[in-house]
Amino acid sequence: MADKVGRMEIRQQRGRILIGKLGLDGHDRGAKIIARSLCNDGFEVIYTGIRRTPEEIASAAIQEDVDAIGLSLLSGAHNELIPALLDALRQAKGGDIPVIIGGVIPREDVPHLKKAGIREVFTSGTPIQTILDAFRKITGEHRQNKHTTS
Amino acid sequence: MSKHPAFVAWEEKVLKKTLERTPERVKEFKTASGIPVERLAIPETPDEKYLSEIGFPGQYPFTRGVQPTMYRGRFWTMRQYAGYWTAEESNKRYRYLLEQGTTGLSVAFDLPTQIGYDSDHPMSRGEVGNVGVAVDTLLDMESLFTGIPLDKVSTSMTINAPASVLLAMYVAVGEKQGVSRDRLTGTIQNDILKEYIARGTYIFPPRPSLRLTTDIFEWCSKEVPQFNTISISGYHIREAGSTAVQEIAFTLANGCAYVQAAIHAGLDVDAFAPRLTFFFNASSDILEEVAKFRAARRLWAKLMKERFHAKKPASQMLRFHTQTSGSSLTAQQVDNNIVRVTLQALAAVLGGTQSLHTNSRDEALTLPTEDAARVALRTQQIIAYESGVCNTVDPLGGSYYIESLTDRIEREAFELIEKIDHAGGMIAAIESGLVQRQIEEAAFEYQQQIDTGERVIVGVNRFQEQETALPSVFRVNKTTEENQIRKLAEIRAKRDNQKVKKTLARLEEASREKDNVMPFILEAVREYASLGEMCDVLRKVFGVYDEKKGR
Repeated sequence: MADKVGRMEIRQQRGRILIGKLGLDGHDRGAKIIARSLCNDGFEVIYTGIRRTPEEIASAAIQEDVDAIGLSLLSGAHNELIPALLDALRQAKGGDIPVIIGGVIPREDVPHLKKAGIREVFTSGTPIQTILDAFRKITGEHRQNKHTTS
Repeated sequence: MSKHPAFVAWEEKVLKKTLERTPERVKEFKTASGIPVERLAIPETPDEKYLSEIGFPGQYPFTRGVQPTMYRGRFWTMRQYAGYWTAEESNKRYRYLLEQGTTGLSVAFDLPTQIGYDSDHPMSRGEVGNVGVAVDTLLDMESLFTGIPLDKVSTSMTINAPASVLLAMYVAVGEKQGVSRDRLTGTIQNDILKEYIARGTYIFPPRPSLRLTTDIFEWCSKEVPQFNTISISGYHIREAGSTAVQEIAFTLANGCAYVQAAIHAGLDVDAFAPRLTFFFNASSDILEEVAKFRAARRLWAKLMKERFHAKKPASQMLRFHTQTSGSSLTAQQVDNNIVRVTLQALAAVLGGTQSLHTNSRDEALTLPTEDAARVALRTQQIIAYESGVCNTVDPLGGSYYIESLTDRIEREAFELIEKIDHAGGMIAAIESGLVQRQIEEAAFEYQQQIDTGERVIVGVNRFQEQETALPSVFRVNKTTEENQIRKLAEIRAKRDNQKVKKTLARLEEASREKDNVMPFILEAVREYASLGEMCDVLRKVFGVYDEKKGR
């Protein structure tokens, strides 16, 4: 029982994350591994399943009041769908929610994506711990900001 | 020493016929230093176990291969999966690949096509022409095969949920080229069950989808008899993180579900089973992979004979395509991937594959560049022409280790198939998420082994290097989507829309009834009805699958 309470407290500290598959590719191995690793690390995770549009991701993120979004794309549609997602987030007044992406992303696209507002881009071979650390950092910051602004 | 009677019987009954039909590549095979190569090495005194479980190639239970001479007769088909942008661009790449020595085409469709959306559908945004070619109407299919006579190539199409539509388009292109249906050869993937498990391009729920599969089996056995009606795929199950045993078990269990459904629909097993094919993954653990391929052949032969009472040897034979493992490629030190692909391709060849796709070194980063795709093809050619492994049948057969691993994989896979049987069969096991959960579990464990360093991936968790150079990237032209949408609008304005409406209404009626939908789809295809329009009709009748609900 004590263990359970402790776990819930950690969850509240770590925050809530939306993991989603943006676009039409159905390769969800990575997304599911990340979702599970975040859960084990004490985050509360909402996994959207595959084939989500930018608008669906944005509205789910607002509805669930998440502290960060993690998206996986392997089809090469990121240059089109990521800006659309960031727009949709801003329109839904969620422009401050930090977004991390992963998947098959050419290295030369990374600077553009970061400039557009993506916090981190992780490609194949990234250690899970690196990804967990990134989520810990950005959710921590986001919760801090939320706290100060509210 | 006299030959064993079983060996003599095989030579006379099986080998002789094959040699008459397809002579071997050369008169006498020799090693690099001139030692004659035996066609098939067997134990001096084959025991009972050898004769029943290992046996002879081209003969039940096919452990050593499906043809008696294997690659001494003909190499596997070197079939590189390709397709991008528009039909016109893909057509150019196919012609280039054929010039380079590719021996069969393998069409990659973009995701909207695979999920039954036209290029102008809102869901298609950003995806048109991305991971394959966009096909909206017969017009695109005509452009795709311009200058490629369909009676001269065999074409594999990676298409599942809308397989019936793309097959009908292929048949219609054949009609326009004047090629009769019985001369069309190739394969449609048409394996919907693994889409729910791993790959994700489903449209309709499992049960009506299976009806579409059965309709294709039935129609093809009469109309397009040389076309492989399905490629039952373990590839994507493995890519999703399964073990080798799970790959075999889930794939063959899917196979059993299709066979069962077709028998249930009243088809004769020996009429459709010879056109069933399989598709497996080749990972880097060479010896496990070789054992896996051999175990799969033996297990399928037993299932077909004992469970489904198939009588024809062709119905018991597991013929398969292999692709090297995409998920094993690393974004770090990309040239190392050439070596990984080589090991994996070698495993496929030592395991007796019928056709092979080798991945390009840059696929962890991008769609393959032309240069990388060429090296991938050359890898196969080097194995075929230089390695010498093709000169004797099943070169690893009889190795104590390989045989015991083959036995073990077969046994464990069969136990897993029995568990699925007990859970109510594959459809029930998919609907309840049982299969998906097992794969996720295996994938997670694998990732943990990498993270703890227990499993070494060169360049990723050991022997890392600081890399600065940006590898070149293949880009899909931004104008593709606009062009494709414009082309679709033009054809919608030009075609006889009254006729289109009529054929779509007839398709709806047929799909509500028990009629075979294939002739109705073909009719709509000929009037240039779009893929999306046809799939919308089927969506209306069959509903759509919901991943969260599992039905």
